[in-house]
Amino acid sequence: MNLNLTTALARFLIFPGLLFAVPAAWFLLWVERKAVALMQGRIGPPFMQPFFDFVKLLGKDTPPRVGAAGMLMKLWPLIAVSAAAGAVGLLPVLPSSGGFEGDLILLLALLELPSMCIIAAGFSSRSIFGEIGSAREAVLSVAYNVVFLLAIVSIAASQHTFRLEALAQLPASPLRWLGVLAILVCLPAKLHLNPFSLPNAEQEIYSGPMTEYAGPELAMWELSHGLEWVAATGLVATLAAPHVGLVWLAVLLFLALSFAVVLLLSVVAAATARLAIDTTVRFYWQVTLIFAVLAVSSALFMRLLS
Amino acid sequence: MNLWNKLMCYSRRRSPWLFHMNGGSCNGCDIELIASLTPRYDAEQLGVRLEGSPRHADILCVTGPITHNAVNAIKTVYGQVCGPKAVVAIGSCPATTNVFIDSRTLDGPLNKHLPVDVFVPGCPPRPDAIILGVAKAAEILANRAANKIPVEPVVMALAGSECGEACACAATPDADKVAVPAANEVKP
Repeated sequence: MNLNLTTALARFLIFPGLLFAVPAAWFLLWVERKAVALMQGRIGPPFMQPFFDFVKLLGKDTPPRVGAAGMLMKLWPLIAVSAAAGAVGLLPVLPSSGGFEGDLILLLALLELPSMCIIAAGFSSRSIFGEIGSAREAVLSVAYNVVFLLAIVSIAASQHTFRLEALAQLPASPLRWLGVLAILVCLPAKLHLNPFSLPNAEQEIYSGPMTEYAGPELAMWELSHGLEWVAATGLVATLAAPHVGLVWLAVLLFLALSFAVVLLLSVVAAATARLAIDTTVRFYWQVTLIFAVLAVSSALFMRLLS
Repeated sequence: MNLWNKLMCYSRRRSPWLFHMNGGSCNGCDIELIASLTPRYDAEQLGVRLEGSPRHADILCVTGPITHNAVNAIKTVYGQVCGPKAVVAIGSCPATTNVFIDSRTLDGPLNKHLPVDVFVPGCPPRPDAIILGVAKAAEILANRAANKIPVEPVVMALAGSECGEACACAATPDADKVAVPAANEVKP
């Protein structure tokens, strides 16, 4: 089944797009904060906390933004939110929900866009802390993206398709588990979690690229961060979930797997401290690159054999 | 008041983000402010988050007796906090300059420079008193933003057994010696 305009809009706006993804984003943000709190022996924020934060930020003033740089500063969070929502909308949660050849590549591009926006936002804010944060984000994204992309390419190449739905339906091979593991290693860096929370390193460089943002713009950043959570954990859930025909079971499985990934990432974040930028980059280039190159070469080998 | 305004007022009360500003403090109050976020007191239950940037904050927490050096920094940071905002003076120093009174290096107390909403006296105040002060400040901030009326500054009792009850003697350094049992609203 191919994607026509109606189903595409329905997927972007309703499920798994905005109508589902925004509450899911708040839920995952809460799960992350609550899991970290429980790990630290605290009670943690109430269930509605990310929603309260969002509403409160909508009601705050913003400093005046002038000129082209000011307009860009207003624009970046909106681009980030729409890219992240688009990425969530592409996830094949419902069985036979449609898709097109190459939607995996579009998903990767949309997943990358928010971090590009963060880099641009930090530089256009003209704050020294924002610029340091953006530089760190840029270095970090070069480091982890090689591994992230190689892992996904190896999965796609071994199974002869760049179509998400087809990938989700094929039975998982050992190589796919290797790829999922490599993606999981990249997610803390992608979502700015400990031990790779360098770009927004709180207290160290104030708030990194977000330092100059306030009010509704900051609310949009929070939302795009939450949507990135949904998209990234959803990608792992899509790749790791066994294929089931029943709609409600597929949705339930997707949610349960996303939840498990969030818990895993939060536990890792709570148990580790922030690493320095050179250690992080060395980790991704030396340790995981070997891992990803192995995955790609075995994928190509499998492809030659078949 | 329509539904959106009610929700906004409620959200403002439930999500106070703090920015911590040191105005020449001895570090005692700063440690107690951090202690209020630790597992024993866990201010995050009230939605409190210590933010890295003043732009993100709702409540400016100032410690210390305000030295000449700190005055301009505090005014700048107060300007950087986006409205609606509130100021909490943590400890006896920003309220009265405490034992440093009459020092020629000082330009305090804090309310000479900023409109302070809540004073939390103590040397240092207990973390539960700080949490209560922050909660009170969030309430003041929400009410002020909703009704557009000026609110008089509130002085918390030492451990804040009565939220919002202004303690007249607390503005003097002697108030530190008032022993009040620990608050039972904020238990670990």
